[in-house]
Order: sequence, then C-alpha cells, then structure tokens
Amino acid sequence: MYFTDWQGKPKEAIIKLAMEQLLAFVRKEVYHILRDRKTLLVLFGLPIAQILLFGFALSNEVKNTKIFMCDLAKDNFSFQLTEKVHASKYFNVVGSIDIPNEADEVLRKGSAHLVMVIPADFSTKLSHSNSASIQLITDGTNPNLASTIQLYLRNIINDFRNQVFEKIELPYTIEVKSRMLYNPQLKGAYTFVPGVMAMVLMIICTLMTSVSIVKEKELGNMEMLLVSPMNPLIVIFSKAIPYLALSLFIVTVILGLSVTLLEVPIRGNIFLLYGVCLIFIIASLALGLVISSITNSQQVAMMISLMGMMLPTIMFGGFMFPIENMPIPLQVISNIVPAKWFYYAISGIMIKGMGIKSVLKEISILLVYGTVFIIISYRNFKIRLE
Amino acid sequence: MTTFIFILKKEFRQIFRDPAIIRIIFIMPMMQLIILPFAADYEVKNINIGIVDHDHSDYSRELISKIENSTYFRLTGYTNTFKEGLKWVEDEKADLIVEIPNRFEAELIKESKADLLLAVNAVNGTRGNLGAAYTLGIIQQFNQNIRAKWFQMPDFNPEPIIDVTYSSLYNPLSNYQFFMVPGILAVLLTMVGGFLSALNIVKEKEIGTIEQLNVSPIKKYQFIGGKVVPFWLLGFVILTIGLIISFIVHGIVPGSNIGVLYLFTAIYMLAILGFGLLLSNFTNTQQQAMMVAFFFMLIFILLSGLYTPIESMPGWAQKVAALNPVTYMVEVMRMVLMKGAILRDILPQLKIITLYGVVLNLLAIYTYSKQNS
Amino acid sequence: MEHKYSIVTENLTKKFGDFKAVDGISFEVNKGEIFGFLGANGAGKTTAMRMLTGLSIPTSGKAYVAGFDIYSESEKIKLNIGYMSQKFSLYQDLKVWENIEFYGGLYGMSSSQIKSTTKELLSKLEIEKESNSLVKELPLGWKQKLAFSISIMHHPKIVFLDEPTGGVDPVTRRQFWNMIYDAAAEGITIFITTHYMDEAEYCERVAIMVDGKIEALDKPFALKSRFKTDSMDDVFYRLARQAQRSDN
Repeated sequence: MYFTDWQGKPKEAIIKLAMEQLLAFVRKEVYHILRDRKTLLVLFGLPIAQILLFGFALSNEVKNTKIFMCDLAKDNFSFQLTEKVHASKYFNVVGSIDIPNEADEVLRKGSAHLVMVIPADFSTKLSHSNSASIQLITDGTNPNLASTIQLYLRNIINDFRNQVFEKIELPYTIEVKSRMLYNPQLKGAYTFVPGVMAMVLMIICTLMTSVSIVKEKELGNMEMLLVSPMNPLIVIFSKAIPYLALSLFIVTVILGLSVTLLEVPIRGNIFLLYGVCLIFIIASLALGLVISSITNSQQVAMMISLMGMMLPTIMFGGFMFPIENMPIPLQVISNIVPAKWFYYAISGIMIKGMGIKSVLKEISILLVYGTVFIIISYRNFKIRLE
Repeated sequence: MTTFIFILKKEFRQIFRDPAIIRIIFIMPMMQLIILPFAADYEVKNINIGIVDHDHSDYSRELISKIENSTYFRLTGYTNTFKEGLKWVEDEKADLIVEIPNRFEAELIKESKADLLLAVNAVNGTRGNLGAAYTLGIIQQFNQNIRAKWFQMPDFNPEPIIDVTYSSLYNPLSNYQFFMVPGILAVLLTMVGGFLSALNIVKEKEIGTIEQLNVSPIKKYQFIGGKVVPFWLLGFVILTIGLIISFIVHGIVPGSNIGVLYLFTAIYMLAILGFGLLLSNFTNTQQQAMMVAFFFMLIFILLSGLYTPIESMPGWAQKVAALNPVTYMVEVMRMVLMKGAILRDILPQLKIITLYGVVLNLLAIYTYSKQNS
Repeated sequence: MEHKYSIVTENLTKKFGDFKAVDGISFEVNKGEIFGFLGANGAGKTTAMRMLTGLSIPTSGKAYVAGFDIYSESEKIKLNIGYMSQKFSLYQDLKVWENIEFYGGLYGMSSSQIKSTTKELLSKLEIEKESNSLVKELPLGWKQKLAFSISIMHHPKIVFLDEPTGGVDPVTRRQFWNMIYDAAAEGITIFITTHYMDEAEYCERVAIMVDGKIEALDKPFALKSRFKTDSMDDVFYRLARQAQRSDN
C-alpha cells in the first residue's frame, strides 16, 4: 500500500524523507538543549524571577518614605501632625533633629528623603493669625520622587488642617468623577508582563539560537552538516524548531504566572495572542540566524545579541522607559525596534482586549521583519554553501 | 612576585589582543551612558489629553484653555462623542479624557454643583495616576477662580492656612538626567566587570589552556589575582571616561571629593570581579557562564534602586536589596556626585562592600580547584 | 625506594561512579628513561597521566612522582614536571615570545633567564623570524614542537607528553622524536602516551593498557619476542583484541 503510494506520488515521498531528516535533526538539538541543565534552569528561572520581582518587589509607588522631623514647637499641634504623617502609608518618621541646619547631613547620608521643619511659633500662629508655615527640605536627587512626596505631604497637611478646623462647605463646586480604564487597581503588572515576554523571547530566540549555531561553527560541526546531502533549509529549521517550542512553552508559563499569581487578565482572544507571539518568535529566531551567519566567535555573537539587540529591546520596547518622554531622534529610532511593536500588540490584546483589526498595523510590521530576516539568513547560508 | 608580574603581562596582552573585548569595554558602555539617560526619563510629562466637550459654553472653553496652557499636557484634540475619545485612548493617542457634560456651566451656576468625568488610561499605573492628579489640580484651580468670581471673598480669610514652603537640595534644576547618570555609570561598571570576569576563566576551560596552568606550580591566589587585577584597573579607566562623558554630555560636575568615589569603586570592583570569577569557577562553557551571569546581573540591577526606590519594595525585597552589592554602588555614586558626600558619609557602605570584596574573592580562590576528584 | 625511580605507582585506581577508568596499575619508571604508555582510546592512559600530574585525585592506591607523594605533595611535584597535552597548551592569541615568557615566568624564571632561554629555544627550532607571530598563525607541526620546547624550558625532572604527535606529518614527527631524545640525553625522564605503534619502538620500555589495566610492560623487542612477532602493531592488536570497552 505504502509502496504504491510512493511510486505514484514521488513528491510526497521526498517531502516525507525531508520530514524524517528534519525530525532526526530536531531530536539532536533537543538533546543539546536538555543536556545543559544550568542554562535550561536560567531560561526558566529568568522569566519567573522577573515576574516575581516586577509583580511583588518593584514599583514606582511612593511608600514608607523616610522622614526626619525638626520639631521646634514641640506642642500638641506639632505632635498631632507628626503622628498623622507617620500614620500615613506614604511616610515613616525615622528620626528627628534639633536644628534645621542639620538637615543637610541627614539628607546627604541618605538617612531620610525629607526633613520637615515645624517652626516654634506654629501653634500660636495657627490659632491666632490663622496662618502658619511649615518648611519641607527635600533630597532632590530624584526629582520625581521629590515632587511626589511634596505633593503627598501637602495633602496630609491640608487634611490635618481640615481636621483641626472644621471645613466650611463651599459653593460652586466642580465634582470630578475619575474612571481608571483597563487597570482600575493601577497594577504595575499590566505594563511589564508583555515587556517580560518580549525580553525573554529575545533571549531565547535571538541570543540562544545565534550562540548555539556559532558554537557549532567553532567546533567545526557546521561544515559537516553543510556538506551532508541535507538541504541547508533543514539544517536551519532544525536549529530553530526546538527553540520555537521552548519559547511557546515559556510564553505559556509567563501567561500562567501572570493570570494566577498577578491576577492580570487576558481580555482579548487567546489565539490571537499566541498568533502574535508566534510571529515575534519567528522574527526573533530569524534574527538569531542572521547574527550567527555574520560571525564565527561565540563571544561576538553574544555581544551583538546582548548589546545590539537586548539593550534596544529594553530601552525602546516601551515597557521600561516611556517612549513619549524621549527626545525626538530616539523616538524615531524606537520605531525600528521590533519589540516595540510586539509590546503594543500584546498589551493591546491582553489588557485592552483589542481585536485583530486594532493590531493589524503591529502584526504587519512584525511580519515584514520576520520575512526580511528569513530571506537574509537564507541567503547568507546559501552563500556559505557555494 | 616576579611570577605574578608575568601572569599579569599575559592577561593584559590577551585582553588587548581581542578587538571584540576592547569594543565591549569601551564603546558599548559609553554609548549607553550617552544615550540611556535621555531614554530613561521617568518624569511624567507630555501627558496626552483628549477633550470631549458636550457643553460648548464659556466655562468649558475657559477650562480647556487652562489645560492647554499647562506645561504638563499635550492636547490630542476635541471631539463631541465619548466613543471617539475612548478610541484615542485605545490607540495610545490619549492618556486621559476629560468629558465636560451638557449643561456644565448652567448647572454650576444654578445648582452650585456640576460634574466632570475623567477617564484615565491606567495600563501604565504610575502615569495614569499622576496624569489624573495633575488634571485634578488644574480643575481645582479653575474651580477656585469661578468661586472667586461669584463669591466675593472677604479680606479676612476665614479658612486657616498652613503655608508650606519647599526647598529641594542637590538637584536644583530638578533634572532627571542628573539622577539617572550616576546610577547608569554604576551599572556599567557592574556589567563590564561581572561579564568579563565570568567569561574569563571559563574561556580557558573551553580552549583547554587551564590544564597547562593546573600542572604548573602556579598558586591559586596568583591565578585569581592575575584575573582580577587587569579588569580592576579597567574599572578605573571606565569610571574616568564615564565621569568625563557625564561632564561633557550631561553637565555633571564632579566635586573635589571625587577621590572618595575612586576609593569606593576600587573596593566595589574587587567585589564584583570576585563574584564573576566565582561564577566562572562553577560553569563549564561560555554560553552557560553568560546566561548565569545575565540572570544575576538582571536581578542585581533591578533590585539596586536604580529605577525604582528601595523604600517602595516590600520587606523581603528590601532585605534582598540590602544583600545586593550593586545597591551600594548606585547609592554611593549618587551620594558623591550629587550630594557631595564625604568619606565619613559613605563609611557604612564602604564597610559592607569591603566585607563583600574579601569574602567573594576568598571564595573565588577557594573554589578554584587545580584538581578534580 | 622512591628515590631510585622517577615514577612509582602501586595499585593506582580511579573510579568514576562504577566505572573503573584506571584499575589498580603498578609500575616504575627509571630516571632518564623514555617510557611509552600505549592503549586504545578509552583504555585509561589519559586518566592515569592526569593523576600523575596532579590534575585528578586517585580513588585509591599510591604513587610518587619525582620522589613526592601525589596526594600530599602535588604542588612540589608541579615544580619538577613539564606537561604537554593533546589539546593545545599554548595561547593562540599570544605571540610566540609572549608564550615563552609567560610559561617561563610561571615556573619562577627571572627576566634575564627567560631572555636567554627564548633566544636559545627559537634558534634551536629555527623559528627566530616567527618570534613576533601569533601562535595561531603557525603551522601545526611548529606549534607542537614549540609547545614541547616550552614544556621543558624550566628543566623539569620529568616531562609528561599526552599524545603529542597527533595529526602531525611523518617528517615533523621524526623531528619531534629527535627533540625527545635530546631532552632524555639531558637527563629528563620522558613519559609519553601515544597510539602510533612505530613511536612505541622509539621508547625504551612500553606499558600497554587495556580496559584500565596494564596488560604488558617491557622493552619493545622483548614484547615482540614474547608474542613471536616482529611488529609492535601485532603485539598491540593481540592485546587490545581482548578489550571489553569499545572506542571511547
């Protein structure tokens, strides 16, 4: 039965043979990957550690900011105010100084971010002339942090005033109703999960692939493969397929952790999500192949992948640093980084629940990148053969 | 001692013979130091705001022009439907939408109360939050103006006022780059030192020359010392070039206490190199060493307080950050370059990092085995 | 007794898990002798040599190299031996003279000693012109000869050569062996592993390892007469045929 088929349709048989060759090579690659336990551990540990860190450790939220008090009044009012500041989740009163001049040393050593000076006449002025003053001396090294904690402290001081003196109901009030779209609890996870995906996929697909191919070149195995009667396409595919599978698996791990641990929803279509991932993975793999075709040294391949590809991904991907704040030339450069488009598409689908129509532009750009990289790498390998 | 000098000569020659390494050591970090501070700007500015005006009244126009004139905002556009406003948010054209309802002015005058709706793109929580806060501030100001118009305030203010005065030290221009540059310089020292030392011993393992050393009477400390010293000296070169770039490109003027920084860097580099060599002892291939080093570097850098304040971390993460040598380098770099800290100020950090330097290098010497069992 | 011989081993054994790479070998090597260590791939030659040079700790048994115990005095042994392995022991990215200088320095030679030795060594090898070339630019044979010269430049008592002539053409091999004879004439004990049987004929005595054990140890002509043949190839073939372990 099989035999007659083979004679009748030789084309199919050739494809079958090619598939078998491909399978044999893929198996060999899988063994290589599974054998290096330390690297495998890092490949899985990296996304998990990142998810944990970004999810539970890192935030730009201001809390527990260290404050020193310089309470020159030392009376009921000033104690109340100190108490109120300390009770807020934003601040911790960690010490006090006796004269304002000591503020510089406290801030310079980093013992506190802010020194609050309550003048000696605070209470008397407040109750008699209805106007008192407070001085805030801030460590301005991080201007964002400085202005945010000033804002929060002003609010606390206003609250304190309202508590002490009953607030008067004011006429002509505009009431503002705010709605936080997509992320009502303002979780940082919403921004970084797609970012972690972009970064990890770059590492596995581009860095690992390029280094492992160059390693075969260094050891001289590549020539052996290329002089074999194998189609170079099969050699290339067999290198790429295990990493593709590994990448999809790790994407699933990241999504699983995000949904269960960080409670990040997947609002859009999951197939669309995986589709976009697949396109990005293929583009990154092809990029890895391109890199491996232009160098013969592992260290150089590493450095090109790491410095030339990973860094732009982190810098211009849009998840670590806000692109809209960058100078115009850098904003223009950011457009050539594939990870940026991947990030937009993934965060659109995942967080905003956008459909395929809304991310069509991003998908097309990624497809163009993938195609271009594949063509370049195929050409380079062909040239090497001839 | 003469033996050690010959070992050093060899290490230096190998470093300078490899153009790829030279490129990594000098060009890449410098590019980062030049470009990254421009990119790593967390200041929330240029918030894109879309306005849905159903009212088209004098008040609504007045509010809009107030928003337009604020430096924080960039106007995406006006529209008559909330739906279009949402579309802007979805396409990342607008960070927030202000919806002014129909009869806004009329209600404010008649009922003495009117509503405004604010819809904020909160995918990026920090940006959303601050955008909303700024908008609220402007609306409140606008509110006060209206009040002042309608309600003649008596000269005597019945509301008690607490006047808050601010003074911000160390970064008078509130320049975010001034904050980022020292941190990035600290990270560069870490990355170059950590990666190069991690890859170094493992490279000798891969090419097999390590055997030749292991059958020779070389002492363990000579071997590790020979690996440490060249990269240690390179650390000073990178620091110096980095400071020059910070001065020329970003306008950061190093003070007279710069010697403190060199002292701290000297000990810090020892610690980081010891760590890299330790990794190198435990790995067998360059690829493996690189991945393991990358893993640790990433965690160290993220937890160093470079991008997010350490106080914002939960207790357990703060403890990890306290064990992280990079934390101290970032801290000291900022203290010296921005606050003009003197030796006495950085003594606590110096003690900890010295301990690290000694322990990590002893471990590196101890775990480098000339034999395998 | 340690002082009469260059190398003495008694029941030297190395296990990797259940696998006995070297299975209780005992032999002595005389001072100034050229001692050949023969065996198929995987017979345990390299493992045995790694134990004697202090690269690997034995599982059991005793051994003395240059009169020193390999367990407790491995660093003293290292001062008295030279080593050249089948893998390249020279730094490819260093120049010829830089390699010489480095290895000389490693063995505590002074700058002036190194200078004169370098000159001597280069003229002996007739590669004075290549002094400034990177090692990776040299042809394979030159590299091997250079590596050997460097391994004995500090005048060790014993030099260990691990398949030093692999991949080298017959003419260069001949030259290489002349260098070995010169070194032996200076009183250096030569311990060499090889799987070229013609090289075995150049040795004063050879030990043939099969499956981790020494199956025969004698002068080449004595072995040939014992197996009633006139080629070492034959001797080796008959012994190795019993091997259980396949290649590697």
